Amino acid sequence: MQLTSSLFKRNVRHKLVDASLQHNMKRFGGRFSQARAIAMLEVDNLEAIRTAAAAIRDRSLAHLDSYLMAFEERAMACGTQVHWAETAQDVNRILIDIARAHHVKKIVKSKSMVSEESGLNEAVAAAGMAAIETDLGEYILQLAEEPPSHIIAPAIHKSVEEVAQLFSEKHHTTLQTDIPALCREAREQLRPHFLSADMGISGGNFLIAETGSVVIVTNEGNGRMVTTLPRVHVAITGIEKVLPTLNDFSTVLRLLTRSATGQSITNYVSVLTGPRRDHDRDGPEHSHVILVDSGRSRLLGSELQLALRCIRCGACMNHCPVYQNIGGHAYGWVYPGPIGAVLTPSYVGLENALDLPQASTLCGACQVVCPVKIPLPELMRVLREKSFRLGLRPWHERWAIRAWRFAADHPRLYGWMTRLAVRLLHRMGGKEGLLHRLPGLDGWTDGRDMPAPSGRTFRDRYRETRP
Amino acid sequence: MSARDNILARIRSGLGLPGTAAGAERAQIADYIARNPRGPRPSFDATDLVARFCERSVKLGSTVERVASLAEVPQAVARYLKASALPVTGVVWPALQALSWQEAGLSFQAREANGLDLVGVTGAFCAIAETGTLMLLSAADTPATVSLLPETHIAVLDAARIVAGMEEAWALMTSEREGLPRAVNFVSGPSRTADIEQTIVIGAHGPYRVHVVCHG
Repeated sequence: MQLTSSLFKRNVRHKLVDASLQHNMKRFGGRFSQARAIAMLEVDNLEAIRTAAAAIRDRSLAHLDSYLMAFEERAMACGTQVHWAETAQDVNRILIDIARAHHVKKIVKSKSMVSEESGLNEAVAAAGMAAIETDLGEYILQLAEEPPSHIIAPAIHKSVEEVAQLFSEKHHTTLQTDIPALCREAREQLRPHFLSADMGISGGNFLIAETGSVVIVTNEGNGRMVTTLPRVHVAITGIEKVLPTLNDFSTVLRLLTRSATGQSITNYVSVLTGPRRDHDRDGPEHSHVILVDSGRSRLLGSELQLALRCIRCGACMNHCPVYQNIGGHAYGWVYPGPIGAVLTPSYVGLENALDLPQASTLCGACQVVCPVKIPLPELMRVLREKSFRLGLRPWHERWAIRAWRFAADHPRLYGWMTRLAVRLLHRMGGKEGLLHRLPGLDGWTDGRDMPAPSGRTFRDRYRETRP
Repeated sequence: MSARDNILARIRSGLGLPGTAAGAERAQIADYIARNPRGPRPSFDATDLVARFCERSVKLGSTVERVASLAEVPQAVARYLKASALPVTGVVWPALQALSWQEAGLSFQAREANGLDLVGVTGAFCAIAETGTLMLLSAADTPATVSLLPETHIAVLDAARIVAGMEEAWALMTSEREGLPRAVNFVSGPSRTADIEQTIVIGAHGPYRVHVVCHG
């Protein structure tokens, strides 16, 4: 996927005045967060399960190499071929090599965010093969030639009218705006592809070290199609996705589906182990797994290691006031929202995504809802500090922070300056008590007035009321 | 060095571990996997697992009918199909072909499903009361496509094989089977999508209907 994270501010300016996006994001609003809240009501020991899930993820990460080797050993024993990709480019190369070795012409794909990292579809097309997205949201976006804007609801930014227009154009059908009818239209378009494809590509929600299995958690059934019908199945997933056992998976699954869509379980959970067995009548003849590093191992042992706990539920973006206002595309890469603000700089380089860790009010909602307790605001703070230390922030910001530090180190000076400042601002607020404009801080006042201070500092008032 | 070696070496250096995974480390994780501890889970009233399973299945959008014995299943399936104005032809798991489908007026072929089959009848390895979920294991006589390609999926379930949670389902599988099949499919209601305007639509790529006939 083309990286535009360095243009975050420009992206945001465009998104905030995009009337259709704003309308669609408002409709999206709190639906996911409400569904999550309701689903969690039946979990009477949520905190205990979150703690256990975080511990399971930490256990996997603390012995990641051993668990990956255990997974590889079992997977190979069941007939799965395991490939290792150091970079995103390696993912594409390995996949195309597998496809060529099996004389593949048509590929059907279920959702894989890792394949978005490497721009797999474009690479496959350049190699002369067709890769068809089959998750409804991803299918819509493939027709629209757009990247996903949410990790579990990729076309969340589109309205039914936009989808209807797109289907009518691309399918050469009459325009219809009935949502069930549009879903049936997509089903009928895609069914023949499932039945005729040579290869199915899926992501992998988890890898199970105990059994060498790939687990896929889906609702539409397309994940089952692409892993059952074509003669070759390739699962592409990050190295951090390994879990020790099926029991551990059962614990984590209870939180994944509730955190994502508010379901106690998704319609389908498939635990796939190897290709079709000797007398099986269906299932792929060849099974491959591509284990992708592409920046993940770099996080191990760093302050950002906790981000690797992520199980990709999307709850952080569903609860993020910034995401809710700008949508996923503004973040400029595969992973939007708070987790994207941490992962994108880590995977593509802080200098290429400098503004993402700043794109947060640090309100903490993401951390509160994270099923595996990733301290996302803290990780964003770590990245902010790092960008300051490396001198990557603009000069005026760095000088402002230095000046602040000097003042904070000199309490008398600080007191004198704040007293002066609040009096000045109070006077500027006039009778209304509102500041229409703040010199140098237009961002605050361009779209709204700021209430003027009362004219007295906290210290003044504290001194008065102290017993 | 291969990509594999490079990745494993980077992981170890990141974690501050020396060299390659030694016997003690591998033994430690093998021990954890062997102990296979169960995690905490939400409590629910487990006195009547069948009732809980039925209630949760309906919540997921499935329909459920209870019959007294396996012998009554074909008649129940025929009644359901006729009442819903659905075809009385379809495909059935070879594992269930011995039931008297024909006597019930049903014409089922015992094989895997193709894109044309409209009704698919499967059994279930077991079911999970906590979520109302069916657990299906793929094998020669229990092909996975039968629960996937047809528009209507009918599952025949033995009430005695409803367990509390997924952990019990794994334990049952381990006690009765040698290793995992190619595919363990947990099915929880008809396929669905909410990808257009978050509006839930039943029947995405998989079945539009899941009907469970629970016997015993």
